[in-house]
Amino acid sequence: QAEVEETLKRIQSHKGVIGTIVVNAEGIPIRTTLDNSTTVQYAGLLHQLTMKARSTVRDIDPQNDLTFLRVRSKKHEIMVAPDKEYLLIVIQNPSE
Amino acid sequence: MPVPHKTGTVKSKQGSSQIPPNTVKPLPAKLAKPAGKKKDDDDGTEMGDGTEEWMQGKTLIKPPDQLELTEAELKEEFTRILTANNPHAPQNIVRYSFKERAYKPISSVDQLAVHFLLDGNMLHKDSDEARRQRAKQGVQEEITTIESATAEAEEEKAETPAGGEEIGESEEGGSGERADSAEITNKKEQKLTNQFNFSDRASQTLNNPLRERGSQTEPPPRANFLATASQWDIYDAYVEELQKQEKNKEKQKAAPTKKEEEKNKKKLMVTETQSDDISKVGKVAKIIERMVNQNTFDDIAQDFKYFEDASDEFREQEGTLLPLWKFQYDKAKRLAVTALCWNQTYKDFFAVGHGSYDFTKQGRGMLLFYTLKNSTFPEYIFPTHSGVMCLDIHQGCPYLVAVGFYDGCVAVYNLKEEGEQPTYRSTAKTGKHTDPVWQVKWQKDDMDNNHNFFSVSSDGRVVSWTLVKNELVYTDIIKLSGEGAVMDGPEGLQLQTMACGTSFDFHKQIDYLFLVGTEEGKIHKCSKAYSSQFLETYDAHNMAVDAVRWNHFHPKVFISCSSDWTVKIWDHTINTPMFTFDLNSAVGDVAWSPYSSTVFAAVTTDGKVHVFDLSINKYEAICEQPVVAKKKTKLTHIEFNPVHPIIIVGDDRGYVTSLKLSPNLRKKPKEKKGQEAPKGPEVEIAKMEKLLSLLREPDNSGKN
Repeated sequence: QAEVEETLKRIQSHKGVIGTIVVNAEGIPIRTTLDNSTTVQYAGLLHQLTMKARSTVRDIDPQNDLTFLRVRSKKHEIMVAPDKEYLLIVIQNPSE
Repeated sequence: MPVPHKTGTVKSKQGSSQIPPNTVKPLPAKLAKPAGKKKDDDDGTEMGDGTEEWMQGKTLIKPPDQLELTEAELKEEFTRILTANNPHAPQNIVRYSFKERAYKPISSVDQLAVHFLLDGNMLHKDSDEARRQRAKQGVQEEITTIESATAEAEEEKAETPAGGEEIGESEEGGSGERADSAEITNKKEQKLTNQFNFSDRASQTLNNPLRERGSQTEPPPRANFLATASQWDIYDAYVEELQKQEKNKEKQKAAPTKKEEEKNKKKLMVTETQSDDISKVGKVAKIIERMVNQNTFDDIAQDFKYFEDASDEFREQEGTLLPLWKFQYDKAKRLAVTALCWNQTYKDFFAVGHGSYDFTKQGRGMLLFYTLKNSTFPEYIFPTHSGVMCLDIHQGCPYLVAVGFYDGCVAVYNLKEEGEQPTYRSTAKTGKHTDPVWQVKWQKDDMDNNHNFFSVSSDGRVVSWTLVKNELVYTDIIKLSGEGAVMDGPEGLQLQTMACGTSFDFHKQIDYLFLVGTEEGKIHKCSKAYSSQFLETYDAHNMAVDAVRWNHFHPKVFISCSSDWTVKIWDHTINTPMFTFDLNSAVGDVAWSPYSSTVFAAVTTDGKVHVFDLSINKYEAICEQPVVAKKKTKLTHIEFNPVHPIIIVGDDRGYVTSLKLSPNLRKKPKEKKGQEAPKGPEVEIAKMEKLLSLLREPDNSGKN
């Protein structure tokens, strides 16, 4: 557990990383480094997007699964790694 | 009951009920009869009280067709005998007997004949019942009888105003009638009596008043559920079911083998640790970390994949090294890189051993595993008490790592297992080396499919270690006898009788053949079969042999390097080196490239990497490049990646640098006029052979 804690810390300390959010299966953020409203917004929207992306992948091939989702935007890159129950969302500014 | 037939009286009685007019009855008959009649009345009627008075004038009416008999005839007596036989009963009744299957006459005939049957309802007037009845209704009855008697008397007077006799007669008839009516009244009374002492009584009990009670419970929680079962939902359900079934099967297996048990335990441990909230994202956190790294070091990743130094085209013979990622770990900062090894299965994965070559500064060590995908943090970290001096990753089982320590221990780490301790470890009891272990190398699995590896140490032993269950079993393969120990090298002072092994390598094709480099600078060609004797001894270097390696392609060629600044290439059949290169500094390590038989690279303590391609230049390095930031940093080890055109070099400050080889350093043989570029190991062997043959001839000529 401490290892994961450390990994998350490392990710957060990486340059360009704006925030880390851990979201549970219901789309409720359980851990964040961002402020409340941003977190809720990101968590809700990205949860939906990920579920949609996942069902797309799985509809095409049920044996397949989504492992990673990255959304490159003008300002940031949003990286989403869905686990069985949790989503790990990291927002990074790669040009920084 | 058989009744004697008193036809006469019965008839007369019957006759009396109807009153035939103008019939005179002879007196004797009249006299005879009333007596009988009286008797009859006494017997027949229950209530004789009032009726007896009216019996007086009774006349017999003679039917007209009656036979006239004389007095004498009348008095004549006829004797009749009453028998119990029924004259009308049939005598010849037959019945079918099922027993004898025939009709059989029946012997006993029912003689009983019933002519008249009347249930009596008379009471004796003195009986209790009669008295009770009388007490109940006596008064009423008398009144009714009187009334009825007067009424009938008037009637008869009106009807028959004849003589006294006739009146008597009519009286008689009236009495008969009256008796009848009395009977009727009796009957009525009887209806009132209860023959069977039966009582029917109805009563209504109190009904319990109806009550109604209602209560309301808390409504059960409800939830609306709406979903579309997609294909993968169904697939998941099936997979889950299958897993359940498999689990059950596993449970049913009574005695799973130890390995399985261990695995199960491991799984359990993993699941246990994953039960915590945050630890569930452990896996994805790693992915994210790699991705963040990829973003941060995007340029390096691009270089790794796509950059080819364009200036190489103009340099013709020379190449460059492009630094890519740098690997470092804070806790291993002051520890020299003492070993490097690529994983043959996961080509981006390599192990780094940290320790110290300075024997005055020995202490802890560290075993780290990095991947190119995450340069900022090692994937696995194993701190060790003693400095790591060498390591090797198993070819078939990429999770098994053999490690040799400065204190003489060898150990095997299993990356699949949790914890920082090695799975296997040699101890003083189990043949541990008494001096630093300079090299370990995995071997092919033995006859019983046990993993085994070899180690060489400066205590002069080459030991084979076999992993048997939970133990490391050792076998001494060879003891390096001290014939070469006469040499007075600075490091050769330690042992006089034993030669100190510092490196070894096993022949790629010939299983038993291996080379051992010693601290004295000699290289011994040994066989696993002979433990006391060397097949050959090469007087290779003036100082410790730091590395000795067989060529990847050519079966005869090997390379060696030493702190005496030289790198030498040998044909193992020939005692003298084929090539000698002086690098102007102590050579820490040398490695053959995996893609060409003629390319090798060496690192020196002045922080330079030297890359040679013998097919291009037999005398000088085609690339000689310092790769460390600070001048004093010494390079200690070098390894070629098995597939990618990169090398990793380690230095004594704990850094590992990855470098990309420019196109000139990995040149393929030139294509000759539209011919397809020859490929494959044969070509590589031929290439090397060509070089060697060129050398052999002048050698021979020189000798001659």
